[in-house]
Amino acid sequence: MREITYREALREALREEMIRSPEVFVMGEDAGVFGGIFGVTAGLMAEFGEERVLDTPISEAGIAGAAVGAAMVGMRPVAEIMFVDFLTIAMDQLVNQAAKWHYMSGGKLKVPMVVRTPTGTGRRTGAQHSQSLEAWVAHVPGLKVVMPATPYDAKGLLKAAIRDDNPVVFIEHKMLYNDKGPVPEEEYLVPLGKAKVAREGRDVTIVATSLMVKRALQAASALAEEGIEAEVVDPRTLRPLDIDTIIASVQKTGKLLIVHEATTFCGFGAEIAAQVAEKALYSLDAPIARLGAWEVPIPFSPSLEDRVVPRVEDIVERARTLVRENI
Amino acid sequence: MRELSVDEVLAMYECMVRIRHFEEKVAEVYAKGIMPGLAHLYTGEEAVATGVCYALEPTDYITSTHRGHGHVIAKGADLGPMMAELFGKETGYCQGKGGSMHIADFEKGILGANGVVGGGIPIATGAGLAIKLRKGKEVVACFFGDGASNQGAFHESLNMAGLWKLPVIYVCENNYYGISVSKKRHQAIDDIAVRAASYGMPGVTVDGNDVLAVRQAAEEAVERARKGEGPTLLVCNTYRWRGHHEGDPNRGARYRSKEEIEEWMAKCPIKRCEEYLRSKGVSDNKFEAIKAAVDKEIEEALKFAESSPYPDESMALRDVYA
Ligand SMILES: Cc1ncc(C[n+]2csc(CCOP(=O)(O)OP(=O)(O)O)c2C)c(N)n1
Repeated sequence: MREITYREALREALREEMIRSPEVFVMGEDAGVFGGIFGVTAGLMAEFGEERVLDTPISEAGIAGAAVGAAMVGMRPVAEIMFVDFLTIAMDQLVNQAAKWHYMSGGKLKVPMVVRTPTGTGRRTGAQHSQSLEAWVAHVPGLKVVMPATPYDAKGLLKAAIRDDNPVVFIEHKMLYNDKGPVPEEEYLVPLGKAKVAREGRDVTIVATSLMVKRALQAASALAEEGIEAEVVDPRTLRPLDIDTIIASVQKTGKLLIVHEATTFCGFGAEIAAQVAEKALYSLDAPIARLGAWEVPIPFSPSLEDRVVPRVEDIVERARTLVRENI
Repeated sequence: MRELSVDEVLAMYECMVRIRHFEEKVAEVYAKGIMPGLAHLYTGEEAVATGVCYALEPTDYITSTHRGHGHVIAKGADLGPMMAELFGKETGYCQGKGGSMHIADFEKGILGANGVVGGGIPIATGAGLAIKLRKGKEVVACFFGDGASNQGAFHESLNMAGLWKLPVIYVCENNYYGISVSKKRHQAIDDIAVRAASYGMPGVTVDGNDVLAVRQAAEEAVERARKGEGPTLLVCNTYRWRGHHEGDPNRGARYRSKEEIEEWMAKCPIKRCEEYLRSKGVSDNKFEAIKAAVDKEIEEALKFAESSPYPDESMALRDVYA
C-alpha cells in the first residue's frame, strides 16, 4: 500500500469530503492562503475557492460559534483552531452551544461540525502552545472527541467525523504530521467510538492516546526484548469510549498501564482507570498504573520540556515494574 | 506640544538600534538552529515600542505580545537574561521556562509577553483597574497587533476601560498582517482607531514609523490617563520586515509582494530618526558610536546566554504555585 504522511492523510480526508458534499466547508486562522500553519489545508483554497475555504480573523470564539450556527442550518463546517490551547477561547460555543442544542431542542436540531486542532509538546513553544486539553472537552456530554495516532486513522476518522451529525473535536498531534504510514487509495471510514489493538501481547495492557501510541509501541518493542509482551490499545475516540476493547485486553493481560501526554490529575486516564475498576476489577492482578505529564505547565526549555512528558523509557520502566513486581 | 531635546531623541534612537540589532542577532543565531522554539521578530516596528515606552515612567506597566522583544527592551529589560531566556537557559528572565513569548520582569513593570493573541489586553485592563482602585498615578501601556483587535477580549476590555475610565493606553501595532492574513481580509474597516468610538475613548492613528509622532501621541494619552480622564486607543501603522516568525521564509513572501516589503523597508524608522537628528546637527560619528556600543552589549548578552546552563530537571516542578 502507498505511504503518505498524517498531514497528507488529513488533507485527503478534507478534500474528499468537500468533493462529496457541497455542505462541507473549511475555515480557520491562516487556513486559506497559507494552507494552515501545519500545512493541512494547503491547496484547498486554490481548488475550492475562497467561499469554501475561509481565512478567518483571529477570533476563536467567533470561529467556533460561526461553525455552530452554520451547522444548525444544514452545513458541515470543519473549523480549525490553530492550537488546542486556544480551544479555551472557543470553549463557550463548544460547551454551552455545540454540545447542547441537540439535547435542549428535544432532538430537533443537529450540530454536525468538526473542530480540528493540534495538540501536544515537542516544538519548544512554551506553556501556552503545548498543552493537552482533551480531557476538558471529553468531559462534556454531546461532544465527541477523537485523537488519531496514525495516518490511516487520521484520514478514516476525519471522514467519519465530518459525516457525523454531532459536534466532534478532532485533536491532531503536531509531532505526528510528518509521520508516514500506509493509507489505501480507495475510500474507507474508521468509525468513531471503536478502539484499536495496535499491538497484541499477553503480559500487560498499555492504553495510550495520540503521540503516546507511537511511544507505547516503541516501548513494547523494547519490552519484547526483555521477554515482556505488551498489548497496546489505542482508543482513537475518547468520547464515545470503546471501553469493551480495553476491558477485553485487561482480561487477557491482568495488568493495565495508561499513558497520555496530559497531566494525570483529572486526566483522561482517570476515566479509563475508573471504568476498568468498575467493570473488571477482578481481572486485574496489579494496581492500575497511569503515566502522564508532570503536574506543571509545559516548560519552554528543551531540557525540561522533554523531561516532563512520558518518554519511551518511562513507559518501559513503568510497564516492566508492573509486570515484574506483580507476577 | 513640547519639542523633545536632542538628547531625548538620541536616547530613543539608541533604543531603536538596540532592538534592531538584538533582533538581527536573534535571526542570525536562529538560522544556525541553536535557538529552540519560535522567534517572532520586531524588526521594522521599533518606533512603536520606543515612542510609547519613552513616554512612560519606570513605575508604569506594559503588557506585551508574542512579538515582544522590542517592547521589553524599550521598557528597560536587560539583554543578557533576555537572550538567555530565548535559549531556554537557567539564567534567563524566566529561568528558561517561558522562552521568547513569555518574557516578564515585574521590577521593570513588564507584566509578561504573551503567547495568546489578545491575552494581554484584559490583563492591562485589570492592571488599570487596580491602579484606579488604589488611586495610583501609574498607567499601563498595552501592546497588541491588528490581528488581535479582532478578538472578543479586545472589545470587552476596551468597553470596561472606557466605562470605568481606566488609565490604559491600548497600543495597536498595525503591521497589516496576522500571520498570513492581510488586514483587508480580516477586518471590515480600514482605520482601527474608529473602534474607539464604540467604547467612549479617543482613537488616534499615527505613523508608527515616526518615533517622534508615536512619542507625542503616547504622551498625550499618558497625560489623559494620569489625570483620570480614561483610556486611549492609539493605532500605530507600521510593518514587520521579517516573516511572521523566523521559520516563515523570505520575509513572508508567500502572502505579500516583494514590492510591498521593499516599500516599507524604505520607510525605516531608524533611518528616519537618523535624518532628523542629522538635521539637528548630530554627526555620523555619534550614530556609529551608538551602534558599536550596542553591538558590544549584544555580543556580551549572547556570550552570557551561550555559556549559561540549561535548567536542571528539578526546576521543572518549581513555581507551579506561589
Ligand atoms: C488566541 C490565539 N490564536 C492564535 C494564535 C496564533 N497566532 C500567533 S501570532 C498570530 C498573529 C497575530 O497577529 P497580530 O495580532 O496582528 O500581531 P503580529 O503578529 O502582526 O505582530 C496568530 C494567529 C495565538 N497565538 N493565540
